[in-house]
Order: sequence, then C-alpha cells, then structure tokens
Amino acid sequence: MPARVSLFVTCIVDQLFPKVGLAVVDVLERLGFQVDFPEQQTCCGQPAFNSGYREEARQVARHFLDVFHDADYIVVPSGSCTSMIAHHFEDIFDKEPENLERARRLESKVYEFSRFLLEVAGVDDVGARLDEVVTYHDSCHALRELKVKDGPRRLLGKVRGLELREMDAAEECCGFGGTFSVKFAEVSGGMARTKIDSIVRTGASAVVSVDSSCLMQIQGAISRVGLPIRTLHLAEVLASR
Amino acid sequence: MSREHVLHKVRTALGRSTGQPVDQPPPVRLNIPAAGIESRIAVFCERIEALAGHTHRAASLEGARSYVEGVLAGRKSAASNAPILRQCGITALPGVESGVMDPVALRALCASAACGITGADYALADTGTLVMLASPQEARLISLLPPVHIALVERGRLLTGLDELLSILPFPAEQTSSMVLITGPSRTADIEQILVRGVHGPGEIHVVVV
Amino acid sequence: MSAIFDEKIHQTLADSKLQLAIFAATGRLMEKRRKAVNADACPDYQELRTQAHEVKRHTIDHLDYYLELFERNVSAHGGRVVYCKDGTEVADFVLGLARQRRASLIVKSKSMTTEEVDLNERLEHHQLESVETDLGEYLIQLAHERPYHIVAPALHKTKEQVADLLTERLGVPRETVIEKQTMIARAVLREKFLAADIGISGANFLVADSGAIVLVENEGNARLTTSAPKVHIAIAGIEKMIPRAQDLAVFLRLLGRSATGQPLTVYTSFLSGPRRGDEIDGPDEFYVVLLDNGRTKVLADREKRESLYCIRCGACLNHCPVYRKIGGHSFPWVYSGPIGAILTPQFLGVNHEPGLPFASSLCGACAEVCPVKIDIPKILLDLRSDVKKSEEREGASRLERFAFRAWAWVMRHPRLYEMAGMAAASLAPSRDGGGWVRSAPSGIKVAPLDAWLSQRDLPSAPAKSFRQLWRERR
Ligand code: SF4
Repeated sequence: MPARVSLFVTCIVDQLFPKVGLAVVDVLERLGFQVDFPEQQTCCGQPAFNSGYREEARQVARHFLDVFHDADYIVVPSGSCTSMIAHHFEDIFDKEPENLERARRLESKVYEFSRFLLEVAGVDDVGARLDEVVTYHDSCHALRELKVKDGPRRLLGKVRGLELREMDAAEECCGFGGTFSVKFAEVSGGMARTKIDSIVRTGASAVVSVDSSCLMQIQGAISRVGLPIRTLHLAEVLASR
Repeated sequence: MSREHVLHKVRTALGRSTGQPVDQPPPVRLNIPAAGIESRIAVFCERIEALAGHTHRAASLEGARSYVEGVLAGRKSAASNAPILRQCGITALPGVESGVMDPVALRALCASAACGITGADYALADTGTLVMLASPQEARLISLLPPVHIALVERGRLLTGLDELLSILPFPAEQTSSMVLITGPSRTADIEQILVRGVHGPGEIHVVVV
Repeated sequence: MSAIFDEKIHQTLADSKLQLAIFAATGRLMEKRRKAVNADACPDYQELRTQAHEVKRHTIDHLDYYLELFERNVSAHGGRVVYCKDGTEVADFVLGLARQRRASLIVKSKSMTTEEVDLNERLEHHQLESVETDLGEYLIQLAHERPYHIVAPALHKTKEQVADLLTERLGVPRETVIEKQTMIARAVLREKFLAADIGISGANFLVADSGAIVLVENEGNARLTTSAPKVHIAIAGIEKMIPRAQDLAVFLRLLGRSATGQPLTVYTSFLSGPRRGDEIDGPDEFYVVLLDNGRTKVLADREKRESLYCIRCGACLNHCPVYRKIGGHSFPWVYSGPIGAILTPQFLGVNHEPGLPFASSLCGACAEVCPVKIDIPKILLDLRSDVKKSEEREGASRLERFAFRAWAWVMRHPRLYEMAGMAAASLAPSRDGGGWVRSAPSGIKVAPLDAWLSQRDLPSAPAKSFRQLWRERR
C-alpha cells in the first residue's frame, strides 16, 4: 500500500507555473506514492504575514489547517511556504491555543520537496536524465530556515548527463522577498542583477532552485536583458528523462 | 542626575523589584589548550610576524641587549622601569632614558622619542599579543606614543591565549587601572580598506623573547 | 515609505562609483570574516555564539542588578558612574565638567552611542571643540556627515574625495596617496591628543564584576584618548553590560572575528578607574556615563528585547544584500543595515520611517552571521505588524489594507480564488505557451505591476492553472 502524500502546490505554482506542480506529481508517483491534491487549498498566508497583516494571514492559515489537517505528509515545492507552515504558523497562532496545537501537529508532516525525497522516500536517484550544465540557487528560506543545502545538490548529482557548476554567490538572495520586490523595486532589481552576474560567470545554461518565486524573479530579470539562460524548478529537472 | 529614574525604568521594564536577587549566569566558558613552551614561542613569533611585527629570540640577556641596541641605533628612546630592561643593560644604552616618574616629563619624553622600550606582563601565543598592565614599572604612554615599540617578554610569561590569561587574572581591575592587549602594530584601513600601519600608535613593533 | 527614504535609495543606486565602493568594501569584510570563523580558524565558533547569546540574555534580563554592581565597582576604584536618560543630559554633564575643569578641547574616540545623541554638535554649540580621532570618524567629522557604517565610518569615501576634503578643511596640499593622507591626519591629531583636556570614549563592553570598560580598536586613538588627557569620560548604552571579565574570552573573540576577521584587534583596553596612586600616567578622573535614550523602552518589549544584545560588530551590514545596494546614508538614523532597521523603529517609534522594516527581502543573512544570534528577520516581521497596526489606528494605507482583506477573503473561498485566477489570466493571455512579457496589457494600470515591470519581465499566465490540469489528468 503506497503512502499517501498530500500536495500543497502553492498559489504561485498553481497560477503561474503549473508545470512545476505536474513535475512534482510525476516524480512522486514514479516513486510509488499516491498523490492527493486537496482542491480546497489556496495559499499559506505568507504574503499577508510578511507584509505585516497578521490577522489576514491568520485567516488564510486557518483555512490551510482546515484543508490539510488529516494529511499524512504534505509535500511543498517551495522552501518559503514550507517554512511559513512549519515555523511561522506558531508565531501567528500564539494566542489561539487550539490552532497552535493543530499547527504544531502539521509541523512534522510538512516537507519541502527535496527533503521529502531524501528523508521520507529515502532516494537520491530518481532516474532522471538531463543533458545540461546547471547552477543551483539556494533560496533563502530553504537554506536558512530549513537548512536545505546539500540535499538538492545530492539529487542533482544523480541526474544523468547533468553537470552542476556552483556559482560564487549561490547563497545570496535573489532579491524577491514577496512584496519587497515591488515596494523596493529598484533595490530588488539590483539584487537580481547581482545574482545574474554570478550565474553568468558559471557558464551554466540553466538555474535550478526549490522555490518558484525566486525563479520568477531570476527569470524575469534574465528575460529583461535577453540572456540565453533558463530557470528550472528542481522538480522539473528530476522529472525529465 | 537620572540614576533613580533610569534604574526604575529598567526594573519596571523587566518586572523586577529593587534588590531582587538574580539567577546564576551561564557558567564561564574558558578553553585552555595544552601546549608546551617551545610550541607556544613558535606560534607567538609566527603570529606577530604575520602582523608585520618583528621578533627575536634571545638566548641570553646580552643577546637581548644587542638586538635592542641594533634597533635603536643610538636614537632617542624611552624605557620603562621594568627590571628586565635594567638587567639586560638596555637602560644604559646610548640615547635611552629611563626612570622618569613624573607624568608630564614622561609625556614630553615619549612624544619626542623614536622608540619606546617596555617589558610585558604576559604574552598570548595564539594571537601574538602582548599584555601590559599599568604599574610603577610600566607607564601607559611608552608603548603608545613613540613610532617604534620594543617589548621584552620573559619566556615564562608566555601563555597559550586569552582564555588562560583570564583564568589566571580573573579580576584584572584588582591589579591595575589599565590592562592593554597589544596585537601587532597600530593600523587602519579606513580609507578604501587599504592597510596603513602606525596611524596613531607605533607602526613598528619588535618583540624579544628572552 | 517616506519620499526622502525613497529618494536617498534612488540616489545611491544611481551612483555607480558609490555602488562599487560599497560592494567592494563590504565584500572584503565578508571575506575576512569568513576566513576567521571557518572550522579551521575557529573550531568552536558556533558554541561561542550560543554562549554569547545566553550570557547576553541573562545580563539583559537582570540588567538592574548588573548596573548597580558595575556602579559599585567603578566607585571602589575611584571612578564615578553617571546615569543619563537622554542626549541633553549627556551634554549637560560633559559641559558642566568641562566648565569646572576649564577645558576647551576634547578628543573623542569612535562611539556610536555619542553619534546617537549628536554629542559633537551639542558641544560645539557651546564653543567646546570636540575632535574625532579615529581616522574614518575624523574624515566624517570634517565632511559633516554621519558614519556610513558602524565599523567603517568612511567606507563610502574614495581617496580622491579624502584628498579634496583634507585640502579644503586643513589647507594642506592635495595628497592622493593613502599612506600620506593617513600621516597628515596623524600629525594633526597628535597635536590634539597632547593638548586635550578631556578624552571621551565609548565602551564596547561594561564589565560588571570589575567596574571596567573595554575598548577595542586598531589605531591606538582610543588608548590615546583614555591615557593622555587628565579626564576620561566613557559614554555607553546601558545594554553594553557583561557580568564578568572572564566573559571577554567569548565576546572579544567573536567581536574581532565578526567585524574585521581579526582574532583580536590590535588594541584591547580594559580600564577601571583613574590612575592609581603608584601608577605613572593615566587620567586623574574617570567617569562612565550610562545612557538610556530609549533603551528601557526596548527592554520592556519581551519579544524584541534581544535587539539589545548587539555588540555592534557590523557583520549584519556587510552581509545584507540590501545594505550593499542602498548603503549607510539611506537609513534614517545613525544605525544602518539590519541592526539599524530594527533599532531605529524601536528607539524613535515606528512612524519615524514606516518603510524601514519593509526594506528587507527577509533573506536571513544577518541572523546567520550575527555573533550574538539576534533573530533580526523575526524582529523585522514583528515591526512590520506594528507599523500596520499603527497605520490602521491612523487611517493610513487604506488601499493596501483593503487589498489584503479582500485577498484573505478570496483565499478562504477556493471557488472565488479559482475564478479570480482565471479572470487575471484572461487579462494577460499567454503568448504561445507561456512567454515572458515586458509590459502590462494595455489599459491595465496597477502600481505593484508597474513596479515589477520597471525592473524585470513578468511570466504570462498559463492557459490552465495547476488545478485545472489536475482535474483533466484524473
Ligand atoms: S546585530 Fe549582530 S551582526 Fe549586527 S552589528 Fe549587532 S552584533 Fe553585529
């Protein structure tokens, strides 16, 4: 009996990058998991939380708890949203004991995609093939809040035909930061360009990350200057063969 | 002025009352590695040289004196009252003035001297540091005003590092009003991060391990 | 965000020379720190951080006790502690003392605390000359500016600018060689040291069990400031306290490594009281001014109290990708970078610059490098919430609040959410299977969209959302 996995696809993947969601499903099913997509899901509440609107964030987070309360595993193709659920739900429910309890129960069930593969599925080789030179961008929340650093690299290392070339500023922020990207657009854009300089120096033709929001920022800036570099979510790399 | 006012605000902020006792602070964390004297000396000299300081290992008091004599080259110098300087005969070298106890006279001397010569109460191997305690033997300004500082360190005074110093001197204030740790020549990098030595303190430092 | 904040950011970003200077200097400092804290150079670095955090937490939580202990020990060594609630009291104390001692010249060593209360300006207002002696700080004073960085005050100045500054203010021939510029300053300042009546320093640490202050520096100016004049006044925030001299084994190691990558800075002075009877030189009088100036307000807030653990190493500035773009002078107060972003709203109120806590991508690099483990991103998030609460009380940012309320409503209603998504997608239809668009569809004018597009392209909406594809797949 294959384990049941609930996919929280995140609003950004749902609306803008559905291919990433399909890739996640693809990889998980290939590994024998039964993937469930609770259709009532929307967002984790992070945009409001990060913008200082705690009450609005709480409302959306409560909805999340309702939708996912009976999940065995929740897999999320985003470090940032995983961290919101696993860490910051505690902050926003500090005065709602019942929801705090529900949030704590979810904490051990919610997994960022790469971590799920390595720690629950217990695989680092998913049988993928991609003939390309890529570089890996550490998204800030995955790296610093979830300590996801070596995992994605291990997974990439097993992809046939793929060469991983580290960039010098792998750990530096791409400048997205949610509403920061529009509130301080010029700063955010400058940060993206610094990041791109580092990417270009590797000579890679693709940037891989575990967060579609970072990739949207990076790809948007790459596209603006017309560089021949594409961005790929880790799931997309692992789904290719 | 606002003593009571500020203390009251602190207590209110913390929800504490006057004279309320405190919990134990976290235990002190001191880490003292074991290292033999020869390795301490070697590390110490290596560190100082990495900071562009000069070192000399003198086998005897005479050896120390002749090294210092060479550095001084007869220039006007201020020497502290550290007994070792006298024992070495450094205080008797040409151009060297010593035994000045009047602060005004000492200051004038240091401001015009080319070199300042001192002992050192301790030295820290792992950082290449001299430890100077102000006392009747050691004035503060001799190691500070002249452009060249020469210090004589007795090998028995060489500790492994800061942690050992603080373990044998847990209350430096009981001994002196001023304990200074000196690690290399005075330096700045305030303009374009370019390193310049000797901005206010000595730009040249010689350490003689006796 | 205020217009002036916006404008300063824009100016800094537009100045390509300045951008290069900031990027290079912070980059070098990052590199130096990295080498000094790696596993070879400092195997117990993480344990040191934990210890530092725990010691600070203990001290700050019992600060009243340690202040009184410190005070008793300073007195026992013949010094005096003076508590001041704000900058006016600090200036009054210094002026009063200067008058009694007929002092006319003060030398100062670098102190962010005195910057915080504009001490130099206050003293000069009363015809008391007060000269900064740290090289960078001296240049900043000549230029009538604020420090650009906690540790490297003149980080933004090029040697050409320094040359102009020295010529203009000191009347010396133009000199662009950095060594020579330094020697010009040395000569001027040496005269000042020898003539000064009072020396004012800050304090990197206040040591309770010793009644001592600790000063950390590379130039020797702090030693001169505290040794040459007859009177030494140390001015420090009350939060600089540590319980024991032995705790310095942890804090000195962390400070030097985090700030400039040095295992120990060139000079570390541990000073307790005036010159003692048999000592040869040193000041005759020793005062420690303990400043509140808003600190007790921060202390009262349990959630954000740890902001006071800061030892001003500057590492968070160097590692902050936002600081590295907008520089130090864009920040509204003397403290810049991540630590400035959390201190300023707490000291001056969130309305002083409501945009400040939002000027962060929350990347967390600051917390990662902070030697005392201050959770800066968490405090920024708390402050953002404080800003929004204050705006709500004042009826500001109505449109944004309305938008978030509406958003939250939509997010709780999956059908609505799906319809909203489809509606948005129909406005920006995909061009041949998901390209990137350079401009907003004609007729659509939304500020955030324009802001996004001012810097980068936008993904065009795919023909179908994930959930639509999911349903088809089943
Ligand atoms: S907040 Fe931490 S990293 Fe920043 S200056 Fe203070 S001690 Fe250093």
